[in-house]
Amino acid sequence: MKYGMELAVAALIIIFAGIFLYQNAVIQAGLGEGEEAWGGADDGAADLIEASGYEPWIEPFWEPPSGEIESLLFALQAAIGALIIGYVFGSWQAGRKTA
Amino acid sequence: MHIMEGFLPDPWWQIWFLVSLPFIIVGLYRINKLVQEKREVLPLLAVAGAFVFVLSSLKLPSFNGSCSHPTGTGLGAVLFGPCITAVLGLIVLIFQAIFLAHGGITTLGANVFSMGIAGPAVAYLIYKAGTRAGANTYATVFVAAALADLATYVVTSIQLALAFPGATGFVGAFTAFAAIFAVTQIPLAIIEGAIIALVFKYIVQLKPEILTRLNLLSESTIQKLREAAA
Repeated sequence: MKYGMELAVAALIIIFAGIFLYQNAVIQAGLGEGEEAWGGADDGAADLIEASGYEPWIEPFWEPPSGEIESLLFALQAAIGALIIGYVFGSWQAGRKTA
Repeated sequence: MHIMEGFLPDPWWQIWFLVSLPFIIVGLYRINKLVQEKREVLPLLAVAGAFVFVLSSLKLPSFNGSCSHPTGTGLGAVLFGPCITAVLGLIVLIFQAIFLAHGGITTLGANVFSMGIAGPAVAYLIYKAGTRAGANTYATVFVAAALADLATYVVTSIQLALAFPGATGFVGAFTAFAAIFAVTQIPLAIIEGAIIALVFKYIVQLKPEILTRLNLLSESTIQKLREAAA
């Protein structure tokens, strides 16, 4: 099948999204006032360590001042990567056409 | 998998720097050799690095109510081996440590080890074993990339459990950290494996000669894969 793998990956992502939507509904229903679900696992581990009384001995010298600026930088990171992937695959495709 | 800035006490952050350093040196040496001897594979190296950039910036919701991100290192590991991938991982981790306060400079050694070395080493070994056993190439890439992702998070849990055994000892601490990291990661690892397998298919279709140049696939295998996709 020509697009078998594409279909399999698409199906996997749809299943993933479906389970997320279901799971989210369950979690949101059980959430108390002011609580927030879907935090980062990295922060979860940091919280667990701090709960044992440990204090980080050094702070990051710069932190994105807000969630918006953080998401800007994450989007920038993804854009840089996507640009390179698109450029290389595009030039390979063009090379095949002219060859 | 990022261990946050300041979250590894003495002597652990120094130890992980020392462990990671040789891999980075070998990786730089190998990249240098690639540049000199096989310049035509450099675009592929850029793609492998770009993949780590894209995938490690996507924080995905997992099933247990927390978010985590794939690593994207499986592709580089399969194509170029763990040492070169360690250098790619280092670049991304420096970017995130400096601009995003995600991870940290002092924990860079530990994070490079889990994301750039341990995970990719798993992927590389699985890919080699799979091709030697004659398994389906895309299935092998899928398993290699998915387990690389998962291994990264298991190693992070080990690193934290070693540094913070707490009252429960290493095993208890490892279970607690693995519950946060590794369990969250399982669905994301499956998605990552599938995406990297798909990209591998496009490389086979568009630039198969690069894969033979890197001695990754024989021409007969590529012929077979391309016929199956036609």
